[in-house]
Amino acid sequence: MLRLRPATSLCRSYYRRQVPIISSRLQRLYSATAADNGIEPIRGLETGVSASKLLLRSVTSVRNSSELKAQNVAEGETRKMNMCQAINDALRLVLATDNTSVVFGEDVAFGGVFRCSVGLADEFGGERIFNTPLTEQGIAGFAIGMAAMGHTAVAEIQFADYIYPAFDQLVNEASKFRYRSGNEFNAGGLTIRAPSSAVGHGGHYHSQSPESFFAHVPGLKVVIPRSAVQAKGLLLSAIRDPNPVVFFEPKILYRSTVEQVPVDDYMLPLSSAEILKPGKDITVVGYGSQIYALENAIQMVERDIPGVSCELIDLRTISPYDAETVEKS
Amino acid sequence: MLRSATFAAVRKAKPSAGFKGAMLQAARGMASSEMTTIELGPRAFEGYNIEVPSSQVTMSKADLLAIYRQMQTVRRLEMAADSSYKHKLIRGFCHLCTGQEAVPVGVESALTKDDAVITAYRCHGFTHERGASAFGILGELMGRKEGVSKGKGGSMHMYAPNFYGGNGIVGAQVPLGAGIAFAQKYRGEQACTVALYGDGAANQGQVFESYNMAKLWDLPVLFVCENNKYGMGTAAGRAAANTAYYTRGQYIPGIRVNGMDVLAVRQAIAYARQYAVSGEGPLVLEMNTYRYGGHSMSDPGTTYRTREEIQHMRSTSDPITGFKHRLMDSGVATEDELKAIDKEAKRLIDGELAKAKAVPEPNASELWDDVYAPGSEVPYLRGRVPEETHYYAQN
Repeated sequence: MLRLRPATSLCRSYYRRQVPIISSRLQRLYSATAADNGIEPIRGLETGVSASKLLLRSVTSVRNSSELKAQNVAEGETRKMNMCQAINDALRLVLATDNTSVVFGEDVAFGGVFRCSVGLADEFGGERIFNTPLTEQGIAGFAIGMAAMGHTAVAEIQFADYIYPAFDQLVNEASKFRYRSGNEFNAGGLTIRAPSSAVGHGGHYHSQSPESFFAHVPGLKVVIPRSAVQAKGLLLSAIRDPNPVVFFEPKILYRSTVEQVPVDDYMLPLSSAEILKPGKDITVVGYGSQIYALENAIQMVERDIPGVSCELIDLRTISPYDAETVEKS
Repeated sequence: MLRSATFAAVRKAKPSAGFKGAMLQAARGMASSEMTTIELGPRAFEGYNIEVPSSQVTMSKADLLAIYRQMQTVRRLEMAADSSYKHKLIRGFCHLCTGQEAVPVGVESALTKDDAVITAYRCHGFTHERGASAFGILGELMGRKEGVSKGKGGSMHMYAPNFYGGNGIVGAQVPLGAGIAFAQKYRGEQACTVALYGDGAANQGQVFESYNMAKLWDLPVLFVCENNKYGMGTAAGRAAANTAYYTRGQYIPGIRVNGMDVLAVRQAIAYARQYAVSGEGPLVLEMNTYRYGGHSMSDPGTTYRTREEIQHMRSTSDPITGFKHRLMDSGVATEDELKAIDKEAKRLIDGELAKAKAVPEPNASELWDDVYAPGSEVPYLRGRVPEETHYYAQN
């Protein structure tokens, strides 16, 4: 959590009103009205995904990435892709390398509402990429059944907002199958993918971020990527992980995070947080689309409070999360 | 009756009009209360474990013209929404019922104000028919403070007296419909609930849970499947093992209706309402209809069906054109009378849109209203940033 030192000395230029330290939630701390979004404009700072320095936009940045080096793809061929295309690429690799894999969900056969599954049906056939009826509970249960038979079942829930009918299946069936059968059966081959989080025009039911509900379920993993390179590597790991994984894709990043993505097969580790920017004074932890706002917040703090350095950590896997990296920080 | 009216009209007719002109004037002057019987034809209904309603409809000219006016108004309303969306006055999601007007208008014309209606997100037509003004609907679409939901619901969340929305999550409205019907029965009301859902939603488990409860407890609910052949981008046959949606209730009798014929819709709902209200229990109805637009304004509607198909439906099955021809062919109204109604509908909607555009958005402070029941709010709620934390006045 971003803790600010008392406003008196250093932050006066920041806020129009004095902002004391956050001590008790029930104390009236700020003059808070929705109309007064008191923070001044960014004063020349370019913000958002398009200005982010965290994306691997150039081939050089890929070559220099230590994590991609560890995966042996830093020197390989790359292609400019956005997150949808990177996800499409990951699904293609799964279908090509795993005979038991199938991809299904509502409207995925023609490419999906975000085109993440475009071209797959043509390449791998309608028996492996198919549409389901409009029935989330059925989709999840059906996917768990396939996984129990040893298949790799990649099920799409069209929007995370619709995942609740599947919640019972995921919490009560998928996550507990291995445990309750004494490891005789499991739903490890299950991966649920869903576009999630705010996009601006989504309203009540195309904007939700339900990851916290699933983070409370032992036996289930929750993963959220922040960019195209991350999405491909993390999705491949999630699908191949021997536990059921829920993979939320921040839809606002689908087209905006464009990077040079290695065309080869590579996997980024789960339960491994990434330090995006090292620092020594303040630890800032986030994931998904927040990362870019946090990047800007850090830029503002470091510019306006000289001498302060912030460390930005992307959790990547929400549950089980990499506590060690955060604690060390 | 007709003859005396004709003679009276002939006597009043202008001398230069001639006999034909006089007859035409007489037709125009046919009393609004004049009853006409219209034959719907043999393909209006199909029954499942129930006798279908009569295919003969007897109505007054006034009522028939009212139905025509309503359909034309709903059409104009949706066209205004379409163009406002393209001009970015409406943002977010917008699902139009262009082409399906016969269903909301037909349903409403057979119900009373005491009956309840609940549907999914393609709800503008129903909201209008249940009594909301076009001003309120267009305002809500544009997020203005005098929209039907104060600008906080948007296209999918519109409500009116005894109209429970407007629901974004597919199929979730059906068990609600069963619950509303239960309350009506519990309270001894002579009323029914019409719970609508689409061909896509028809495969949701909760729909079948609702069927079971409704039949078990003889609830006065009409489950109405608006089958427009596509669940967003998936053709009905690719999503349903049984596309005879009116039979999906299995132990609940069903009626399939030509949903492009507003009088058939009306007749079926009136018949079904009588069945439900008399204590016989639920019915499943299937309205075969068609939407010209895509699933929503974000969907062109042509990646999963051909333009020829859309054009064909428009030219052969349009509910408004079809009804217009029927009215003219049976002598109920002249083309001029109907054109006048068309013009009036356009004028009305244009006016309501202009009025709605002038209304401002709600105050930002209203963001915090109605999260909890007024008076029972929590001490504070977070906004997007710490400075936006809202503190409620504590009682």
